[in-house]
Amino acid sequence: MGRTVPVKVAVNGESHESEIPARLLLVHYLRDELGLTGTHVGCDTSNCGACTCLVDGESVKSCTVLAVQCDGAQITTIEGMTGDDGALHPLQEGFWANHGLQCGYCTPGMIMAAADLLARRTGDGPISEEEVRKGLEGNLCRCTGYQNIVKAVQAAAEASRGVTA
Amino acid sequence: MIPAEFDYVVADSVDEAIGLLSDGGEDAKLLAGGHSLLPLMKLRFAAPSLLVDISRIEELRGVQAGGDTIRIGALTRHADLQERDDLGLIATAAKQIADQQVRNRGTIGGSLANGDTAADLPGVLLALEGSVIVRSASGEREIAAADLFQGYLSTAIEPGEVLTEVRIPALAGYGFGYEKFNRRSEDWAMVGVSALVKAADGDCEDVRIALTHMASTPLRASAAEDALRGQPLNEQTIAAAAQLAAEGTSPLGDLNASPEYKRHLARVLTKRALTTASAV
Amino acid sequence: MSIIEAPVGRSVGQSLRRKEDPRLITGRATYVDDVVLPGMLYMAVVRSTEAHAKVVAIDGSSALGRPGIRGVYTGEDMSDLLAPLPMAWAPPGVEIKTPERWPLARGHVAHVGDAVAMVVGDDRYAVVDAAQQVDVEYESLPVVVDVEEALKDEILVHESLGTNKAHEWSMGGGGDIEQALADSEVVIERRIVNHRTAGAAIECRGVVAEYRAGQLTVWSSTQVPHLVRLFFAVQMGISEDKVRVIAPEVGGGFGGKLQIMAEETLCAWASKQLGRPVKWIETRSENMLVSHHGRDQVDYVRMGATRDGRITAFHANIIQDLGAYFGLLTPMIPELGAFVMTGCYKIPVVQTDITGVLTNKFFTDAIRGAGRPEMTHMLEVTIDQLADELGLDPIEVRRKNFIPEADFPYETPYGITYDSGNYEAALDRALEMVDMDAFRAEQAQLRNHPTRPILRGIGFSTYTEICGLAPSRAVGPSGFGLGIGLYESAIVRVHPTGSVTVYTGASPHGQGHETGFAQIVADRFGVDPAVVEVVHGDTATGPMGLGTYGSRSLSIGGVACAHAAEKIAAKCREIVAHNLEADPGDIEVRNGKFSLRGDPDQGMTLAEVAGCAYIDATKMPEGMELGLEQTLIYDPSNFVFPFGTHVCVVDVDPETGKVSVVRWVAVDDCGPAVNPMLIDGQVHGGVTHGIGQALYEQVVYDERGQLITGTFLDYALPTAEEVPNFETDRTETKSPSNSLGVKGIGEAGTIAATPAVVNAVIDALRHEGISYIDMPLTPMRVWQALEEARGRGDGPRDSEQGVSLPPQGEGSAGSGPTIPEGGES
Repeated sequence: MGRTVPVKVAVNGESHESEIPARLLLVHYLRDELGLTGTHVGCDTSNCGACTCLVDGESVKSCTVLAVQCDGAQITTIEGMTGDDGALHPLQEGFWANHGLQCGYCTPGMIMAAADLLARRTGDGPISEEEVRKGLEGNLCRCTGYQNIVKAVQAAAEASRGVTA
Repeated sequence: MIPAEFDYVVADSVDEAIGLLSDGGEDAKLLAGGHSLLPLMKLRFAAPSLLVDISRIEELRGVQAGGDTIRIGALTRHADLQERDDLGLIATAAKQIADQQVRNRGTIGGSLANGDTAADLPGVLLALEGSVIVRSASGEREIAAADLFQGYLSTAIEPGEVLTEVRIPALAGYGFGYEKFNRRSEDWAMVGVSALVKAADGDCEDVRIALTHMASTPLRASAAEDALRGQPLNEQTIAAAAQLAAEGTSPLGDLNASPEYKRHLARVLTKRALTTASAV
Repeated sequence: MSIIEAPVGRSVGQSLRRKEDPRLITGRATYVDDVVLPGMLYMAVVRSTEAHAKVVAIDGSSALGRPGIRGVYTGEDMSDLLAPLPMAWAPPGVEIKTPERWPLARGHVAHVGDAVAMVVGDDRYAVVDAAQQVDVEYESLPVVVDVEEALKDEILVHESLGTNKAHEWSMGGGGDIEQALADSEVVIERRIVNHRTAGAAIECRGVVAEYRAGQLTVWSSTQVPHLVRLFFAVQMGISEDKVRVIAPEVGGGFGGKLQIMAEETLCAWASKQLGRPVKWIETRSENMLVSHHGRDQVDYVRMGATRDGRITAFHANIIQDLGAYFGLLTPMIPELGAFVMTGCYKIPVVQTDITGVLTNKFFTDAIRGAGRPEMTHMLEVTIDQLADELGLDPIEVRRKNFIPEADFPYETPYGITYDSGNYEAALDRALEMVDMDAFRAEQAQLRNHPTRPILRGIGFSTYTEICGLAPSRAVGPSGFGLGIGLYESAIVRVHPTGSVTVYTGASPHGQGHETGFAQIVADRFGVDPAVVEVVHGDTATGPMGLGTYGSRSLSIGGVACAHAAEKIAAKCREIVAHNLEADPGDIEVRNGKFSLRGDPDQGMTLAEVAGCAYIDATKMPEGMELGLEQTLIYDPSNFVFPFGTHVCVVDVDPETGKVSVVRWVAVDDCGPAVNPMLIDGQVHGGVTHGIGQALYEQVVYDERGQLITGTFLDYALPTAEEVPNFETDRTETKSPSNSLGVKGIGEAGTIAATPAVVNAVIDALRHEGISYIDMPLTPMRVWQALEEARGRGDGPRDSEQGVSLPPQGEGSAGSGPTIPEGGES
């Protein structure tokens, strides 16, 4: 019972092969095995979204995924959003420029959820406040009251469209 | 936060999954998206000894629409359904499940097999009069929605059976409405109502109304249906029918809703869902 | 005292982006669970499933036998502790019956979640399994959950205390309150429940402790590292010089981490026992259970007035639910509210009577606002009811009773002096932003919609609050009775190459003080805030500090930094004057230099001055000490009193009772702004916290003392969809309490918010005959109030505490999925 399982994942472009317990949650695999502590745990009922990362390009709550379920997958965490040269992703820049964070604990999850939201959009127009609020319904923040988070995501969307604010 | 220990194996085919389930015995469970099962395991409300991961089985994917029956593979995620406006009620309901991260993992097969009366899709399946196909070592059978949900977290799916497909009628000519009432975004429904109406010359030719989270299984609001079927479709007839939506129900209260409030919500939400479904 | 104008600098007053952010947005910050030490072990706590019981036996043998488990300990094992966990308030002349609280229970448990044992082992997951194997035998005792029931003393929470009434405390002034009320032309009376809430920071608590070679190092997600260090000395007999406490990055506090935590002692003790570092990370379920709760008062309010709306008397009789034990400040919280019992109003006779009562629940303690939201709620909902009773406009009744600007500093009848205020300016600005005539027209239109009427309402809250905790003489052991004064410390250290490190005793956890304090110091030196690094949260680096809470860090900590920097700046002026052969009085900071007034090209940068002070002593004035460094401890002369007007617009769905906040206007005054963007952020977050309490959040125990709202499924924090954009503006009224004129803002939004929401809902429903509904205004409670007003039903419950619900297995615990029968949580 509970023997280890082999798993191979690519995380932020780097390949990892491990033998891990089946019950090891993806969030703990990222944090404790790979030392990528930017992904955070905030609850135990899949509500808060602080643990959000991308699996094969889509947002997931990594506390509700077993690492073994990700065998063969490409995972992106907050650490993977910064360019190799240290260049900030438009979302990171948007959060910084618009005071979209205070304690910073929910922020990595927010940014990853926002990344999925922006990638998922079809259509050309700027993203509305309603769309952002709905798109981030799976991410809780206790500090900011969300307003500046919405601004940050809208700013990132504009920047990605090549439109200057 | 941490599940109890278990063994884990990946099945490459449905037949393999069936075999692994039977080898694993009573405490073996299937794992698709894991968003019904893993939350329970993390709180140690469930502790299966073996998880059989069926998420790689290609046969269980895909949506075939276009005829009278829509066939949805068990591994179809809520995120896949939310994009499918052509699928009507089920896509509208899928869009309102939890949040995008959960929808990116949760599957229709997993959700229906879990049989949670508070979830969105069981009531939708009941209103659609859909069915599921399950396969076991002895072959396949079809379970109608009315027979599928038997109690709290309890369905007619037997140990050793794998839900492979969901079938729903295309219901051409039916309008639909889905009303999910919750305290705040991302919550489960306090009460939910699925409604389908077929209008013919301003009259209600057919109506189906299913109630979510009003009992240990989803329910048809048959008294309300009977009151509307055959009637002209207008504000008054809808309101009168909706008044009967809670007939025969005795929901248990919880923190957010007393039994009286739930019955009241059933009536209000039925009126709203019928209004949308009738485009009145 | 005179206010020193800030020098002509470039950064104070600007919304500079934060220096904190680069590490946070890239996932490179170190929170407590990111701290990993060689040989580190993990700890899990075994907690009582009973709300009140004798602990008959604890059998840890199965747990201890599991692979990788290093120790299983109980309260008996920890009998070498020198003192129980502290409660730091001893008001002179007031008897407080204080239950003893140890990190692990000793023979009995008094609330669910009471810690009975700890398990330490190699692996994070293994200790969770092992903790489940610890077998505890309980002998159940009767449970009391409702605070007014508990007051009857029929079921005692602690037999040894002989009563559940832990303390009584009163403050008032201006005359005899009963006489004043009896003489009033009209008296509004109301019972108000301010229900129990949780802090719910997104990061739960956590500790890593390492006891090594006689030295103890503790990382804790805390708001008060120096107080944790002080307490280790008291409890474990390790002198403070051998203890280092570090608050790493802290993921939100909201008062919930203003605490001396049992788990800090457990980890330190276990580390000493086992010779290895020990880590404990709280789960959310634990956090809901045993991270202290807030509010939980039953308030009996009486407001007397003349017929033309002048308030003549106000009495608040507060029954405070303390819980089963005390945290650091538990019985003191409602008293903080009493300090603003007059609110913004000139009320001649006032009194607050407080009774603290023990119940079989977890303890309450400081949560954002701490006592002041409860008092403000009482005042602001009652004044609305007064206006309604008299047929007057609630805005005009407020205005009529405001303390006029000319009266400041204003001494209240009970002896607290409000520093400054201009309530009318804030109210007027808010009214400009809200077009009341347009609103009333819109309200009527929505109410009369033919098919889908919406009941829209508007509610006001004009508040002032007391913060900047606190002047030491006033609050210390011989004053109000706190165990220590609440000054703040700073070291400003200029380095040889001209950059600056600032050590502050404040301990921010999201407020942005690394940026704000850098702006303050930078301006005094004419440098860019980018070269001023603010260090906090580590007892090894700066002098004694009192941490961050109570909206104190800027008005005390920031001022300490300013004064320390000003002393160095004065020294710089002397050095530059010496080098320019000028008078120090003619040297000013301009264009990045200490330069000669009238000839700004003549001057020296901070780096050049540092070169004199550290590198080439020949450039120093004769006899002057080398170096550019200043340690300073600042004790404020008074509290500070921010104020403002908040306006909330809600839509109520008359069919379901669901309340949506559709608009929010906030005009706040916290004095001059150091960084306006940071102020707005605090207002957004603070108001959202208040909206959470008003509409969504509640901590509920059932009649057996079991916690029903045990996870984020049932404890409903607002998501982005539940709050609107906040329209904010400010007025700036300087405080005479400090040289920067600044006040606090961290709690103000929360203090203002709940009555604005409730008043708005009542405004929407008043035509139905509803005059008040207690929070939380959940859809069901609003619907029940509507039904009651229409003659159907008994209305919402008086209190959600002690509710009886069907067993978990037969229905969802609340808003969540169906929970199967049985199973452990």
